[in-house]
Amino acid sequence: MIKIDDLTVRYGVATALDGVTLTVGTSEMVALIGPNGAGKSTLVNTLFGILRPASGTVTTSGRLALVPEGRHLFAPLSVDDNLRLGAWRNSDRDTGLVYELLPELTPLRKRPAGRLSGGQQQMVALGRALMAGPDVLVIDEMSLGLAPLVVEHLAANLRERHAGGLAVLLIEQNARLALDLCTRAYVLEAGRIVAEGPSAELAGSPEVATAYLGLEEG
Amino acid sequence: MGELLQYLVTGVGIGCAYALTGSGLVVIYRVTRVVNFAQGSFAVLAALTVTTLLAAGLPHGLAEALAVLVAALTGLIAGAVATGKPGTTPQAGLIITLGLGVFAYAVEILLWGDQPRSFAGVPGSIDGIQKHYLLIIAVTAVVLGATALLFARTDLGRALTATAADPYAARIVGINVLRMGLFAFALGGALGGLAGVLITPVQQVSFDSDVALVVSGFSAAILGNLTRPGLTLAGGLLLGVVQALVGGYLSTAYQSEVALIFMLVVLVARAGRREVLEAA
Repeated sequence: MIKIDDLTVRYGVATALDGVTLTVGTSEMVALIGPNGAGKSTLVNTLFGILRPASGTVTTSGRLALVPEGRHLFAPLSVDDNLRLGAWRNSDRDTGLVYELLPELTPLRKRPAGRLSGGQQQMVALGRALMAGPDVLVIDEMSLGLAPLVVEHLAANLRERHAGGLAVLLIEQNARLALDLCTRAYVLEAGRIVAEGPSAELAGSPEVATAYLGLEEG
Repeated sequence: MGELLQYLVTGVGIGCAYALTGSGLVVIYRVTRVVNFAQGSFAVLAALTVTTLLAAGLPHGLAEALAVLVAALTGLIAGAVATGKPGTTPQAGLIITLGLGVFAYAVEILLWGDQPRSFAGVPGSIDGIQKHYLLIIAVTAVVLGATALLFARTDLGRALTATAADPYAARIVGINVLRMGLFAFALGGALGGLAGVLITPVQQVSFDSDVALVVSGFSAAILGNLTRPGLTLAGGLLLGVVQALVGGYLSTAYQSEVALIFMLVVLVARAGRREVLEAA
């Protein structure tokens, strides 16, 4: 599905990603955690062809869709139009399925996306990505700036989609949420993968627990 | 009363040409953020092309349609030059369109000389009002209506609006942002070309007629902040009517000043409002 091998990305002389190797298999749910500025968004932009790698390879199979950081909805367009554009590459742009999956969007369908609450916007961003009919969903900072209840609701929805066979790469500052949702995780710091493994194992490691879960050592 | 009605209709007719020129500016600016100073050249090029095609024996209608197509293709080329190279900023694009406008002068003088040209429009008049003005108004209404429908009701229009609203998100969903920009330039070229084709039977056109058109079109578009087609149409019509009234009751010598004063008033009012907002 996604295979990133020894990827290096530079902005001028600054190295943003340094030899990153990461995979997401069919129907797998994988987390990428790390602090602000670790290179998470650089990885997303390289994955979607917006940035070019200096070296290394990015291989994808199946259809990829992104829920970008900051949601990036088309603010003047209605919820329905935002959803339709999510399927821009497809011939079928019927939004019916997304309203079935995310019924809370149905009463908002005519509203301009820019006038929705943060949680509603995140739901539209998720719906827009689902409209592409993806095999892998990449979600960049799903929980940022949202109330815990909203995040819980989104997470529940994501679990359902995953149960339906969707592979997910969840990129999160909220390590607790990411490790809780995903079976496997990578830790990115200053452009390098510093730890990887099953989520339970990582959550149990003292380094990760101290740095990302806010637990005291010892 | 008859005189006033005559001024109003001719003003609305000329205002339609400003509105079409302004709408072309708006379409291009919304999608690419480039202020296209070559917008008036599309009109001049199309108008001069019609004179050649009519002289070659083509019938009315076909000659005008082909000329609008030529303007659309010119728009496409202008778009490719002004925005085609990745990383070109909208400011650089603006300067490139200024250069293209000057280049267009050279081409037009080479092909058509520097004398004003015109061709016959719809003959006849009703109550002293040339029928051709009614054609200008009708065609503009249909074309701007169709353009509004394109943006509001089609996926292509939605994709154009999406590109304008958030180019990054547009790329993520797979919209080819460069191609959308080129389409906007072609549409802008066609709208500009149509303005030239419609107006030439009532106002002679020469290679440098683009300045008056682009100043008036820009004044109309600035009323809608270069992004709102409805206000651009209103601005164009208002400007045309005021110019016709000034021309009719005072002197035709002041007509171009009207557009400049209109633009100044809008810009000063906007700056004033921004200051008030910033102070609050």
